[in-house]
Amino acid sequence: MSCPACALVSRPPRGADAGRCPRCDEPLAFRAANSIQRTWAFLIAAAICYVPANLLPVLTTTTPQGSESDTILQGVVLLWSPTGWPLSLIVLVASIMIPSAKILALAYLLLSVQRGWVANPGSRTRAYRIVELIGRWSMVDVFVDTFTAALVQLKPLMAVEPAPGLAFFAAVVVLTMLAVEAFDPRLIWDAIPAEERHA
Amino acid sequence: MADPSLIACPHCDLLQRLPALPAGGSARCPRCDRELARARPDAATRSLALSLAAACLFVVANAVPMLGLRAAGRDASTTVIGGAIHLWTHDERMVAALVLCTAVLAPGAQIALMLAVALGARAARPAAWVGALLRHQPAARTWSMIEVMLLGVLVALIKIADYANVIPGTALFVLAGLVFVLAAMQASFDARDVWARVVWADAAAEPAADLGPELAS
Repeated sequence: MSCPACALVSRPPRGADAGRCPRCDEPLAFRAANSIQRTWAFLIAAAICYVPANLLPVLTTTTPQGSESDTILQGVVLLWSPTGWPLSLIVLVASIMIPSAKILALAYLLLSVQRGWVANPGSRTRAYRIVELIGRWSMVDVFVDTFTAALVQLKPLMAVEPAPGLAFFAAVVVLTMLAVEAFDPRLIWDAIPAEERHA
Repeated sequence: MADPSLIACPHCDLLQRLPALPAGGSARCPRCDRELARARPDAATRSLALSLAAACLFVVANAVPMLGLRAAGRDASTTVIGGAIHLWTHDERMVAALVLCTAVLAPGAQIALMLAVALGARAARPAAWVGALLRHQPAARTWSMIEVMLLGVLVALIKIADYANVIPGTALFVLAGLVFVLAAMQASFDARDVWARVVWADAAAEPAADLGPELAS
């Protein structure tokens, strides 16, 4: 049994409880507790928040001509110009492609574990690592909107304020990150027969 | 009960014994290719020096303005924390808390933990509190998003430049430096080396012999 905190491998005492790591006192378990249920819970919550995150506006811009609210996708379209397209692309990838790819990839990993699929454990583990690595970059748009709103306060000329969609989008990012943390990648390898595993 | 030279891959649970690593070399899991260990030269000294540098940069980055704006004869500027405060006062409290956590609290915790661990690990047998702090390091690192924030700020800066004159503040350059120092700090740190020397919580289970040479063999 491997300690999740300090990686010391120890043999659990015989009997009911797995006990604690002798080196760092972390409670031990053979696999992360309720990994599949917890991951599904975070993932479903993220998928639900994903809808208002994309439909509600994230920023409201007020000018003497009136006020205008933009969703994430409208922001991407607005930024798209001969000079602004790299920024538009950054926001498109970070705010739309990464979160949706993350939700789909984690759902696929969960299904593969629950159905006991044995094919390509290596590439599924790699997929998990990619999801783990790129997830944080979804926060880009949250920071963009935060600092845009904090800075653009030129009343009565122009003012930018945060709008409700921002909270839902931030929730999607946090929930998908928690889902990734709740998933135990060792489950991917559990369906594979022991003799093949050590090949 | 416990054999410190054994390691189970955290991603696929393959049980294996680590070979001796040449300086700068690394060991990967033969089954799923996850990096298991890396021999880092001067790990203790480097992570101490880099975490000290990061602490200094972090203080400056949060103390001085990050972005300024000039339009129609008026000036405005904001700091990292100022961005979060603005959200808070506009009823986006959850997002404000998230921005504060990922841009200020988690990086601060990441640096403070590393500094404390690097100081504590200078002893031949680091005390148990070093292990207690070390345990929280990965979490602080996961939620510390200075580099993501920097990209966000750059996007915001270019976006706003269409309407007004944007003045990059000192903190922006300090933050850019901090991103590299943080990456170097994390890369130079060898958690396995510290764990191998730390005083065990369960003294009865601890192997009597010095673990250093055995781990290397």
